[in-house]
Formats: sequence, C-alpha cells, structure tokens
Amino acid sequence: MIRILRQIFRTGIVTEPLPDQLTREIEAVGLKLEAAVRERFRRSITIRQVDAGSCNGCELEIHAINNPIYNCEKYGIHFTASPRFADLLLVTGPVTRNMEIALRRTYVSTPSPKFVVAVGDCACTGGIFGETYASLGGVDKVIPVDARIPGCPPTPLQLMQGLTRLLDEEENKKK
Amino acid sequence: MSILKDAIISQLGADVTFVEGYQHPARTVFCIVPQEKFVDAGKAMKKAYALLAAEWATDETTFGRGYGIFACYRWGYEYLIVKTETTADDPVFPSLTKQFLPAWRFERQIQSLMGVTPLNHPDTRPWIKFEDWPEDAWPLRKSFDASKPMPRVEGEYKWIKAEGEGVYEIPVGPVHAGIIEPGHFRFQAVGEDVLNLEERLGYVHKGIEKMFESLSWDEGYRLAGRVSGDTTVAHSLGYCMALESMAGCNPPERAHWLRALFLERERIANHLGDIGAICNDAAFAFMLYQMMRLRTNHALFGHRFIMDRVVPGGVAVDIDTAGREVILAELDRLSKDFERLVVIYEENPSLEDRVRNTGMLKPKRAREICAVGIVARASGLNLDCRIFNPFPPYDQYDRLELGVPVMITGDVHARTWVRIQEVRESLRIIRWILDNMPGGPISVPLETPSPGKAGFAAVEGWRGEIIYWLQSGPGGEVNRCMVRDPSSVNWLGLERAIHGNIVPDFPLCNKSFNQSYSGHDL
Repeated sequence: MIRILRQIFRTGIVTEPLPDQLTREIEAVGLKLEAAVRERFRRSITIRQVDAGSCNGCELEIHAINNPIYNCEKYGIHFTASPRFADLLLVTGPVTRNMEIALRRTYVSTPSPKFVVAVGDCACTGGIFGETYASLGGVDKVIPVDARIPGCPPTPLQLMQGLTRLLDEEENKKK
Repeated sequence: MSILKDAIISQLGADVTFVEGYQHPARTVFCIVPQEKFVDAGKAMKKAYALLAAEWATDETTFGRGYGIFACYRWGYEYLIVKTETTADDPVFPSLTKQFLPAWRFERQIQSLMGVTPLNHPDTRPWIKFEDWPEDAWPLRKSFDASKPMPRVEGEYKWIKAEGEGVYEIPVGPVHAGIIEPGHFRFQAVGEDVLNLEERLGYVHKGIEKMFESLSWDEGYRLAGRVSGDTTVAHSLGYCMALESMAGCNPPERAHWLRALFLERERIANHLGDIGAICNDAAFAFMLYQMMRLRTNHALFGHRFIMDRVVPGGVAVDIDTAGREVILAELDRLSKDFERLVVIYEENPSLEDRVRNTGMLKPKRAREICAVGIVARASGLNLDCRIFNPFPPYDQYDRLELGVPVMITGDVHARTWVRIQEVRESLRIIRWILDNMPGGPISVPLETPSPGKAGFAAVEGWRGEIIYWLQSGPGGEVNRCMVRDPSSVNWLGLERAIHGNIVPDFPLCNKSFNQSYSGHDL
C-alpha cells in the first residue's frame, strides 16, 4: 500500500514532462470545451462510443483522451456504458453491413436531444474502405450526423477540438 | 533437411508433388496433393507435431482452373503449405477439423466467403457471413461484384442451447460497454458459473481480403496497416515482406532495423495498455491510469501509431541522432516507472486473488487450438516468429540474445506476466537497436511480381504471429491476399479458458486475451 501511495504522490497530478506548447494547447482547448459543456450541458456531457466497423485505431485515441495527460473528465466529459444515458454518440469506422442494425438500434436507444459525431476518416466518408458489399460508407449513410472529426486516426487533441467546435456551433445556432 | 517435408513424403509417397519456384521465400515448402490425400497430409503433420497455422481457399478460375484449398502447417522453424484443388462445378474438399481444431472456423469461413464446401465438417453454420446475407453471396469468388450492396434476406442463426433447471442465458454485444470493438458473446450460466460461452464475430467485416484484389501491389500496404489499427506496423510489415519475397526485393539493412524498432515500440505501447486494462478490470484502476500515462508516444515518426511508415522495399521515415536521444531519454524514464509499477502489481494480494487461477487455458488446450503469440506463451507453447522466422536484426541470435518468456499456468496472471517480461525485453532491444543500427539507405524500389507466383510472410506482432499469403494472377495482378491475424485462432482460446469461471470474471479473461475483432473479421 505504501508503494501505491508513494507512486501516487510521486506522480502528482500532471507528471509527464510534455513539451510546454502541448500542455498549453491541451489547456486552451480544454478550457473552451469546459466552458461549452458548462453552458450547454450543465457541467457534464455524457458520451457513448460506438464502433460501427473501425480498425480499432480510433478507439485507441478515444481511450487516450481519458488518460491522465488529456484527462477530459476534468472538463466534464464522461463516457458511459449505455446509450440510454448518453447525450452524444461518438461513432467510428465505416458502417459495416453487419453493424448497420446495431448502430440504428443504439441511435434509437439514445434519448433526444442527441448529437452524433463521426470520428475518423472512415466514419466521415467511408475512408479507405469506401462503399462495398460489406461497408456502407460514412456514418451519415445510416444515421444523421451533426459533426465530423477527420483523421486516420484523429489525435486526442483533434478529438477535443472537434467536440469544442460542435458545441460552439450549436451555441451560435441558438443565438 | 526438412522435418515436415520428410513426414509428408513418408506418409504419402508418390502422391505428393513438390513445386519449385512458385512459393516465395524458398524456405517455405510448397506441395500439391490430390483431394483424397488432403486429410492424410494433415494426419502426417499431426504425427510430426506440427500445428495448423492457417487454412484458406483461392479462386483460380482466372487461371482456367477451379478452386485451390491451402493448409499451412508450422513446426519450429519450418512452414509447409499443402495445396489441393477442386473443380469449379462441384467445389468441395475434405475437412481437417477432426485433425486440427482451428480448421473448424477456417473452413466455415471458406464455405461462407468462397462457397467451397468442406466435406464431413461437423458444423455447417456460416461464419462472418450473417444469416441475412443472400445464400449465394460468396464475396471472395471472382464472379462476385464487390461494389454493389447486398440485399437482406430472412434467416436465422442457430445458437448452441443449454437446458435444465436454473440455466439461463446472457447475451452480450455487439455494442459493448467500454470503448472497444463490436462482437457478440452468449453465455449459458447457472448462478454465477459459466456453463458455456459461444462467440459470434463478423460484425466488423469490411471485405478487406476482397479489397486487396482491387488494389495494385504498391497500394496494399496502406490497407494492411488498417486491418487492425493497434497492430498497424506488424500488419503492413507482413504484407510488405510477403510482397518483397515474391518480387525478389531485398530491403537495405537499415530498413530492417528500423522496422524492428517500430515493431518493438508497438509491442511496448500495446502491452502497457493491456497490463493497465487487465488490472482495471480487476478493480485496480490505479494501474490503468499509471500505465496509460506511460503509454503515450509522441510524433517522432510523424504518426502516433507509426501508421503507413513501413512501405514495400523499406521504410518511409528515418531517425537521426536527435531522435535517438529523445527515444533513449524516454526509455530511461519509462523503464524506471515501469519497474516500480511491476513491484506494486506483484505485491498486491487483492489483485493476485483475481488474476491467479482465473481463465486458465491449459497447455494441452492451447496446443489443440494451435494458439499463437502471448496466449500460446502463457500456456507453455514456445512460439515466437522473431526466433523461428527471423529477419534482421533478430537473426543475430548471438548478439541480440532475445529472451522469450514462457509460462505454463495459462491463467490471467500468466498472460499479464508474459507481457511484463516482453516489455522489459523490448526496452532492451530498442536500446540495442539504437546503439548498433547500421547506416545506409532506408528503401529500394520494388519491381512488380511476375504472374503466377505466391509470397508468404510470418511476422511476430504484439499479439503474435501474423501471416500474409499473396498470390499473383495470370496478368501479374493481385489474385488473392490471405490475412491471418493471431486473433483468428486465439479467439478459440477464450471460449475454452472461460469454462469453470464465474460470469463477473469474463471481462478480466477477455481483456487478458485482448484479441482483435477487426483483424479476425477482416
């Protein structure tokens, strides 16, 4: 136990000696994001991630925004296990024919109002997998999409920027 | 001398024909047997203690033939590929499932996607092909138009059933609770005890093998890098090595070393993530966040996962002295922190209680399913392509002294411990590579392979052995690209390891295997 405590104290809150610029960037994007979440979602937004056929690359980066370096939880972003609690669906991958029904069902299970964000080149346009017998192409072929975050895969910072952009736009629309 | 070659000759005698100059690299033995001797060849391999590495079919109608069925066996350093042929009018072949368990799914897949029927196969349900596909949709056939969407038809999948007092069923997925890929698991349970687990995969089938056939040789590596995003280096390396062997291309020495460097970085990154996630599933979140902290790698190679940096003929990115210093400093920091965390892992009794004797895959079972990679090494099978099928610098055994950890308990702890030791070893290898890397160019131009040739490569990714098999058509185009991710066989291990465990331990067992859905479904 003492070792665990020692490791926790040694680590502190942000340990990784990141390049200063990156730390500043994360902070800047994070603060914007936090403000948007505070304003629009009463301080917390809940995300359900759905893999509709991705290669697992985007999933790794979505995992990364939860890690202690990007730590999106501190900006009020929380990932949930059930679509029923979600405000936002983060969908990755080209939608495969075999996942189409499951994706539609997840969408229906998410209470309105809801956002859908397509993450990665495949989710935006079908990417390298395109439209074939097995892949239906981008997510917007199956369910309505509110925002797109391209990249193969998008970096954690791009993911956070993408979410901020979506929330800002929604804010502007309201005004 | 080849043990497998001798074994097949002594069993089949004059019935086996060895073909020279078709299969590359030349050390991979290639032979053709008549259909009625296909099972006998399998029996000979079984007698010689070989394991089935892969089984697949090709559509050779463009050559004016029917279909080819291939079985690839592995024994230590040797790979032997047995081919048999079948007619286009009545495409059948004898099943190997009774000899080798992994053939069970390989053959269902051949039946589903190529429409060649395995005779005497105990299970005729489709695999990857879902019940709502048209029955005559066989995407890997040349006559199939892959660009058109398929209509949905009525159909039903027959699940394995269990009946009795108190038996109930838990369906899980395809959309899982975490940030992971989709797949379906169905448990039959009594109380908390799992009676049986049946996997159903295929949700992320993107038609990758078919898509390779529409790409040119030098485009394929990008697609290979997206077969499984977490193993992008090893997959594109497998594709490139198979292609280079066919084209007679020898990448420069430095390119090989850089490839090894990328491969080891990928191994460390994924193992750290897995170790953290396994502990997290045993309610020890501390380790997850500590390990995730160590996992981050920055854009030294222009991509966080080093995607698209292994190209046919070499690599696309070099490393300079400054980059070397950055990596070395990173390694120093990482290994110090890592060692401290390993001590915490070892000394934590509540964690030990969860990971020991949980999800045991006994060595006998691991052999039965022909497991590969970390799963095999945690269950007593000493398999590692870095030793048994090496490329430079791994072939410098005496200088590199590569250590391969093997455990025999086959439980969650063993799979974690194999990873921990591999991280240590990879850290050492990276330092060694940086200190000894030769200079020179990093890529050479690649010529297009000539028609009617086949290329083979086996690469040790972080999950285990990845196999690529390429075949050029009569016009020199890509006729077939077979991809065998380690997950194709190791998923079978999870179904066996879960017996005798309780339902709440399933996430822990699953995470300790951490197989790829995308690499399996293709």
